[in-house]
Amino acid sequence: MECYIGIDLGSTTTKAVVMDEDYNVLGRGITNSRSNYDIAAGVAKHEALIDTRFMLFRNAMKNVAALGDKYEIFMDELERNFRLEQYLEQLIDLDETCTKASENTRYTEWGSDLTEALAGVFKRVALEAPDLFAPGAQRKSDFFRDIAGSQYSTISEEVAKEADTPFDVLLNIYDRSIIDVENRIYTETTNQNLMRALDRTLVNLPDLAPVADEVRTEVQKVLGIDLEETYVIGTGYGRARLPFSKDHIRSEILCHGLGAHIMYNDTRTVLDIGGQDTKAIQVDKDGIVESFQMNDRCAAGCGRYLGYIADEMNVGLHELGPIAMESTRKVRINSTCTVFAGAELRDRLSLGENRSDILAGLHRAIILRAMSILSRSGGVHDQFTFTGGVANNEAAVSALRELIKENYGDVTINIDPDSIYTGALGGSTFARRAVEGIPTEAVA
Amino acid sequence: MNIKDQASTVAEKEDSMWKQKEMINENYELLSTANERGQKVASTFVPGNINELLMCFDFARNFPETNALQNAMRKKSGGMIMEAEKSGHSEDVCTYVKADLGMMMKGNKGPTGLPMPDPDLLMLSYTGCFTFMKWFELVREQYPQCETAMLHVPYQADGNITKNMRDYVVKQLKEDIIPTMERVSGVKFDIDRLREYMIQSQKAEDDLVYVLQSAKNKPSPIDAYFGGVYYIGPIFTAFRGTTAATDYYATLRKEIEARVAAGLGPITPEGVMKEEKYRIVVEGPPNWTHFREFWKMFYDEGAVVVASTYTKVGGVYDNGFRHDPQNPLESLADYCLGCYTNLNLPARTDMLEKYIEDYQADGLLINSIKSCNSFSAGQLLMLREVEQRTGKPAAFIETDLVDPRYFSPANVKNRLESYFQMISQKRDRAA
Amino acid sequence: MSVQKIVDRCQALYDDLDFNAVKEWKAKEEGRKAIGYMPVYVPREIIHAAGMLPVGVLGGGDQLEVIHGDAYYQSYICRIPRSTIELGVTGRLDCVDGMLFPSICDVIRNLSGMWKLLFKDKYVRYFDAPQTYDDNIGGKFYKQEMQELIEGLEELGGRKITDEDLNNSIAVYNENRNVIDELYAYRSKAPWKALTSEIYLLLRAGMVLPVEEHTELLREYLSAIEKEDRPVRDNCRVVLNGTFCEQPPLGLVKSIEMAGCYIVDDDFMLVTRWLQEDVPTTGDPVQNLADAFLHQSAETAAKYVDTEEAKGNFIVDSVKKYAAEGVVFAAPSFCDPALLDQPMLHTALNNNNIPFTAFQYAENSGQMQPIREQAGTFADSIKLWSA
Repeated sequence: MECYIGIDLGSTTTKAVVMDEDYNVLGRGITNSRSNYDIAAGVAKHEALIDTRFMLFRNAMKNVAALGDKYEIFMDELERNFRLEQYLEQLIDLDETCTKASENTRYTEWGSDLTEALAGVFKRVALEAPDLFAPGAQRKSDFFRDIAGSQYSTISEEVAKEADTPFDVLLNIYDRSIIDVENRIYTETTNQNLMRALDRTLVNLPDLAPVADEVRTEVQKVLGIDLEETYVIGTGYGRARLPFSKDHIRSEILCHGLGAHIMYNDTRTVLDIGGQDTKAIQVDKDGIVESFQMNDRCAAGCGRYLGYIADEMNVGLHELGPIAMESTRKVRINSTCTVFAGAELRDRLSLGENRSDILAGLHRAIILRAMSILSRSGGVHDQFTFTGGVANNEAAVSALRELIKENYGDVTINIDPDSIYTGALGGSTFARRAVEGIPTEAVA
Repeated sequence: MNIKDQASTVAEKEDSMWKQKEMINENYELLSTANERGQKVASTFVPGNINELLMCFDFARNFPETNALQNAMRKKSGGMIMEAEKSGHSEDVCTYVKADLGMMMKGNKGPTGLPMPDPDLLMLSYTGCFTFMKWFELVREQYPQCETAMLHVPYQADGNITKNMRDYVVKQLKEDIIPTMERVSGVKFDIDRLREYMIQSQKAEDDLVYVLQSAKNKPSPIDAYFGGVYYIGPIFTAFRGTTAATDYYATLRKEIEARVAAGLGPITPEGVMKEEKYRIVVEGPPNWTHFREFWKMFYDEGAVVVASTYTKVGGVYDNGFRHDPQNPLESLADYCLGCYTNLNLPARTDMLEKYIEDYQADGLLINSIKSCNSFSAGQLLMLREVEQRTGKPAAFIETDLVDPRYFSPANVKNRLESYFQMISQKRDRAA
Repeated sequence: MSVQKIVDRCQALYDDLDFNAVKEWKAKEEGRKAIGYMPVYVPREIIHAAGMLPVGVLGGGDQLEVIHGDAYYQSYICRIPRSTIELGVTGRLDCVDGMLFPSICDVIRNLSGMWKLLFKDKYVRYFDAPQTYDDNIGGKFYKQEMQELIEGLEELGGRKITDEDLNNSIAVYNENRNVIDELYAYRSKAPWKALTSEIYLLLRAGMVLPVEEHTELLREYLSAIEKEDRPVRDNCRVVLNGTFCEQPPLGLVKSIEMAGCYIVDDDFMLVTRWLQEDVPTTGDPVQNLADAFLHQSAETAAKYVDTEEAKGNFIVDSVKKYAAEGVVFAAPSFCDPALLDQPMLHTALNNNNIPFTAFQYAENSGQMQPIREQAGTFADSIKLWSA
């Protein structure tokens, strides 16, 4: 089947969206950005195609009447098992890469102890893998680098103690190897992983034995569908070096404008706060960009700033919003300068100010910067769509709602939980249009 | 285009360009030997420069702004700026000033490698830029023996030149500047000599205006920004009023006339621009440290600048102003008062609006320069106004004059491409 | 009135970003008009003579949330024009019927044009000042500038401004300047009593109060402070320089004092002390104001110094006059005049063996810790040297 793909290479994550010829979104994929743009784009695309495949599974399984009320459980089990298989596959690769790296002369003094320690670490990491993907298990991240890294680090610390091998040597080997592993895309083994996942699923859900053959046939059928990459459009911050030809690149402004329009047809103003920049875009009724403004050279008030704050406070990025929401008192923070953020924070904490009040002030300060960029681009018009990573932060959203109301009155504010894919969505729409021969006209 | 055309294009390009290069090099040579030859040297600024008057007293003319930008194009400005900052100059202030001071600290060798002379006169034409005043106060510290002549050119606050302003400038020329020049140079002022130079200025100015306005053609035969900065070189600096400049502009005009006749686009460092996809008006000075790279971001996308305000900093001639041999001092005053950065914001906004209409441009791009508040403060309002009045899209980028640290290629390219694509998206829809 | 009461009143005026004092003054009589002006100097006598209230507009301080103002400016431009625009577009300056933008730097100069574009129904004037000080040249130009201002205000106010009006206003401002001189002299004599954080607020009050009332308020302070018993601290005496346009947050002034420095001279609100001698109250008032401007005016970075020998003398003189032990340079970030000027002032101080320290601020700076530390270290080093 024809697939139209949009890829958005951001400074922190790379996103892909797959669309069919009727402009329906089939799948989404995301990965952490890395210095090799080709790989980041490739992995995101691959993930989106897997997601597409799952979408097709879901549709197919609905036809298996015998599944009945087991449908949800089955699909959930299948997806988790597939992620587990994917994880195990990369783990094996990581194991081999680490082992190879340990043979480097710089580690000779640790000799066979090291080899044994490594083997011990990986054995335990693999053993713990199923738990990570068990029903209801919480993962801090879905990126291999994060999950494997955290597992490896915890386990190797224990192993190091027992095995008399220095922990930092083990970490060092990991650091050298993860980059190589991350720079490989496992496209060819996907179907095998899926079949293995299916086997696991059927083992785990013995109730399904009577319909196993029927399920297996449907899965095989879906696997037989060729997902043809009909047209790909790339966009994003790293656009200057995107791994696409010129015809296959659209500016991120155009893609974000269109993506927001596709998500919410009545959007007129779009605000996107990403890791390194903030964009305010005005679009017309067809999603065509009327004007745009981005933060100037000073990256104050971008998502990255929250990252610094989180580091400074020693909490996770996703914890900032909830802490800030506990604030009871307004604190005014004037500096959104990333350089001074840490100092101001320490200064205020030392003066005895409350942590959540300070954080609420910081969130407001970021949104104030965004408000200025919005004002610069021509203000806020109904409807207003907020996208990007910071749109998932409740404290930022709350400050934004307040300030929009203060300055522009009652405006409908749209926030899609998948807003991180806005640029990629616009890209995939452009891809579909390119083949249809529509340069810019909207379809919706 | 056939091979013959191509060959003649290259030859044309070389003619005026080569001439200019020679003029610049000769001037640096002249400056480098001025002290030992006993020729008096005046340093002065581009906007509101009174070059013809300086020539009446046989001064060699040195333009620190030009030195800074020439150093930047030769990738030398970065080190000079750091040198000045090391000695206590703030990171926040104008990098032209710091590049100039840094050049002195690093042995005072000019852009071509020749030594720069000690000035005998700091001709402080305080026109359209506050920083000029501090700049020469700072230079004066280095040359305590050197006289400073202040020519205060009042700001066109209400968008017109009043009698009070003109009288004030003329009075300064008569009662202060000319006597100071006489004293420093030992040459008696001869107003007829001034008139003679102004006749030359006029001719060159006519030809320059032809060249700048040739961009009204489609395709435009020139790039009025990246090419434009070369075209204004001689007339904005030490050469206005000389026959060399007049010759240069006559040659240049012939070249452009030929391009118009042949329907050719502008010449870029990579040959003649093929397809003119976007016609842009640019406000603000260029970046000099990455001049070529910056230009390439335009011509690679088929964007040509059809009018720019930067090419008016050393005189707005396309509104009809010419140096007038009949009223030499009054016309010098009007020249100074009329320079672009001496115009108020409403006048600058009107000018941009008019350029977009007269040159049938697709939109306005502002290159906002960190160093230059005279240009930059208020540009975002100008952008909004022009966008509203013309209905054409506008965009905003930020760079600096000669500070290489402040040019972020990916950032600038990202915005430029977004802008060009926005124009094209809007155009497709209109079609 | 007690010192505390006077200071509280000034603090309230300072905190009020809605210019209620101006609104109240206007409401007292039908048809009253107010004219805003920015730093560094305008002849307020002319506004006063027109029967209008001169209102010093000094930005938004550290309590104003700037949203729209930021939309007009790049990150490399100082804060005062942003917050001033914010005050304008949020309607807080609706009570001023006109705005004067004196020649101080390119940013404020361009702001005059922005004001014309943004507030088309207001009287807006860029008030140019000569940078040449010859009576016949700069003087003539300046007189004409003032004449145009007089005509503009006559039109706005619908009445003639006579020489008598002007001479009366000159007298009123002479009085105000004299009291401020007294205040500065008093602070120099007893800096532990007349704290600079209070003096600052007193001067700020003069930005929105009618001059007569301000003069009265200053007199009351002077008599009240005399009776006040405040502890003498072992502080060093410093001159503060660089604060002539964008205002330091009050916390900064307090931080410098708390860190062990008595500020004995400063360049806050120079408009109040620009003319350093009494302006004659008889004869041609415009001529008199021009003479005073050309020959008896204060010095600051925004003004041209025509000879190298004279450069920086004013700050050395100030150190001597007020028996200061050092200079604290506090310049707003991105302030062209202050920052370009500073290296030359450093040279002048070095030549006279006067110690100094320097830092930057913004009107909305929130962090005072580094400034406290730096000022404290400076104070300690001075004490160490003089010991």
